[in-house]
Amino acid sequence: MTTLAEKFGRDDWTRFTLRQRMTRYAVIFGCALAIAWALTSIEVIWAWVWGAPEQIGDLFGRMYPPDPTNLETILKVLWDTVNIATFATTFAVLLSLPVAYIAAQNTTPNRATLWLGRLILVTSRSVNTIIWALLFVAIFGPGVVAGILAIMFRSIGFVGKLLGEAIEEIDKRPVEALEATGASRFKVIAYAIVPQVMPTFWAVSILRWDINLRESTVLGLVGAGGIGIILQGAIDTFNWPEVATILIAIIVLVIIGEVISAFLRRRIL
Amino acid sequence: MLKISDLVKRYGSGDPVLKNLDLTIEGESVVSIIGSSGAGKSTLLRCINRLVEPTSGSINLNGTELTSLRGKNLRAARRKIGMVFQGFNLVDRLTVMENVQSGRLGYISTWAAVTRRYPKEDIRRAFELMERVGIAQYANTRADQLSGGERQRVGVVRALMQDPDILLADEPTASLDPKTSEQIMGLLRDLAGELKLPVLINIHNVTEAKEYTDRIVGMRYGRIIFDDVPAQLDQEAMDQIYAGSPHADRAKDGAAA
Amino acid sequence: MSAPRDTWKKPPFIANPVLRWAVILGALAYFGWVGTTMPIDWNRVAEGIGRAGRIFGGAFPPSFERSGLLIDGFLESLKIAILATAGGVLLSIPIAFMSARNVAPKPIFYLGRAIIIVARSFHPVIVAILFVKAVGFGPFAGVLTLIVYSIGFVAKMLAERIEEIDFGQVEAMRAAGAPYFSTLTYAIFPQIMPRQIGLTIYQLDSNLRASAVVGIVGAGGIGATLANAFGRYDYDFALAITMVIVGVILVSEAVSGLIRKRIQ
Repeated sequence: MTTLAEKFGRDDWTRFTLRQRMTRYAVIFGCALAIAWALTSIEVIWAWVWGAPEQIGDLFGRMYPPDPTNLETILKVLWDTVNIATFATTFAVLLSLPVAYIAAQNTTPNRATLWLGRLILVTSRSVNTIIWALLFVAIFGPGVVAGILAIMFRSIGFVGKLLGEAIEEIDKRPVEALEATGASRFKVIAYAIVPQVMPTFWAVSILRWDINLRESTVLGLVGAGGIGIILQGAIDTFNWPEVATILIAIIVLVIIGEVISAFLRRRIL
Repeated sequence: MLKISDLVKRYGSGDPVLKNLDLTIEGESVVSIIGSSGAGKSTLLRCINRLVEPTSGSINLNGTELTSLRGKNLRAARRKIGMVFQGFNLVDRLTVMENVQSGRLGYISTWAAVTRRYPKEDIRRAFELMERVGIAQYANTRADQLSGGERQRVGVVRALMQDPDILLADEPTASLDPKTSEQIMGLLRDLAGELKLPVLINIHNVTEAKEYTDRIVGMRYGRIIFDDVPAQLDQEAMDQIYAGSPHADRAKDGAAA
Repeated sequence: MSAPRDTWKKPPFIANPVLRWAVILGALAYFGWVGTTMPIDWNRVAEGIGRAGRIFGGAFPPSFERSGLLIDGFLESLKIAILATAGGVLLSIPIAFMSARNVAPKPIFYLGRAIIIVARSFHPVIVAILFVKAVGFGPFAGVLTLIVYSIGFVAKMLAERIEEIDFGQVEAMRAAGAPYFSTLTYAIFPQIMPRQIGLTIYQLDSNLRASAVVGIVGAGGIGATLANAFGRYDYDFALAITMVIVGVILVSEAVSGLIRKRIQ
């Protein structure tokens, strides 16, 4: 009668092999090390940290009750904010079409355009909307122009990247078939490629509009138009009840935006 | 008339896939090409409309030399060559009418194409052909909602809308069940007669080849080794076309050279 | 047989013509009216084109002279990201369980979802400003901000994953008489762990990007360095900082993608 050890090579069971265990410990140790390093070297006045809950509570106390006196102005500027987001998203989406076309490996005319397209997309995606806003406020001064441009420049990368990936993933067989009928490149794109990427195009555009709605609420904090300006004003004058009103208005706007966005995306697909 | 002379297709530096091929298709015959996988059937067909670039040789369709064309001239020549695909190759999200009209893209203006304002004669012809093959009721239906056999019929109508001088079919029935497969083969044969059109069909079902076509061309590893009426395709010829391995063949070639 | 039809129109996307025209006219009216009434100072815009030239001229070549400041700023951003991810992920786990329809009782479910909605609706910059006002300038405000930011994303995704688990495994454990925490450990955690780890890595990357931005309003990190440079018209330094930010984001994205692919 053979023992378990003889039959299976060992008579115990562990969930992970020794090697796996060592790797897991190493990873956990590494994470702990990183956290410890960050905790000990960060420039924080620990006295303030322990007082934080009280401070936060104090701040929220001062916001209550929210003050609706300036609600009309707030709503009007909120409407401006929505327009900034909508216009900027529309322009960006239109501009992202040619960029996506040249950034997709199967449609780009040559390697140089592929590289250029990818460069544009990466730059656009990696620079945050607020940073773009800083730049455009420096150039065009405070106002909605800076805000619209900031959102445009950031959105082109987002939409262009996803659109480019959609173009690369199309079924190539209809493309082959239409080339075989003697259609020009443009007509092949219009009939074989565009219909295939349409659903992604709309979904991504609507998604980006939703994100941009949120982004445009803060543009004003660096001077680029929208409700951020009023918010900054209220904060600077320590008008906390009005700050509360503005924040509530922003939440409501964002939630409405998400509802509309989800509804549209469901209808399209 | 389609005249192929000395056609060679080589990928990289390996063995050529098509070796000095000669083939002539005249008049309104239905010709099938049979052979095992790798024989070069698909490559041969795709060389005709330059979806694959021939390495050397000549392909002449009704007086036009196809191998040297480029740009606008190539597109003009492709208009006259209709192709039906194994995977149907339709644009799934477009309606059947749009798919069928995409066969006319080589003829209509860009504006008409983009706005879907097709010429009246094209619409009339489309409905005629769709009635003939039995899909007219699907004109407004999205292509991906049709069955396999129906989709292939859309593919056939698309090719015929080009008003081609020759119809190529690359394993048109390989993705279909046997009954639908026979329907499509019958359709191709009948249409060839009605429209006085030469048809060249890649097929791996020899029974269908024998029943629906007038002439069988057998290929083996890039060469044509059989070219005759179906009645002459006996067991010996079949063995020659289908038996053996690539290695054995190349060894024989090498020894003979 | 009647003569074949010779006209055809593609069925429109919106079948109802009233609705279709309402949408088209509405869109035209919106863009036309709002477009013309937008508060734009066109003179300033024209001026801006000229300014742009001067700014870009001043920005090239990028200046890495004060690289010490740059590195300090970047390291602070990194620390903020690490701590915020750790804290945020830890808090997200209970909040996710509170927000999952299949494991949380109704009132707690609503509370959990409300927390997530509030965390998500505010742009991190707004949250940052509030925390700066509450606890003062510096990286602590940044950490708190990004913890909220992390919860908004990680808890939501985790809650969705919890709602998708195979409940059969939980039933099997319960049928065998396992106590609550054992069920948790054996039936639920193994199903959500892979997603949890993926989310953590993704959020670390996200937080690194965001930490560059919250600094602009005073919450520490390289964003503060950048805002300073802009404020002092040091455009060449600003360009250097931006290049570093972009570089870090690219590296982080690549590493994060690689690790996530390895564990799948």
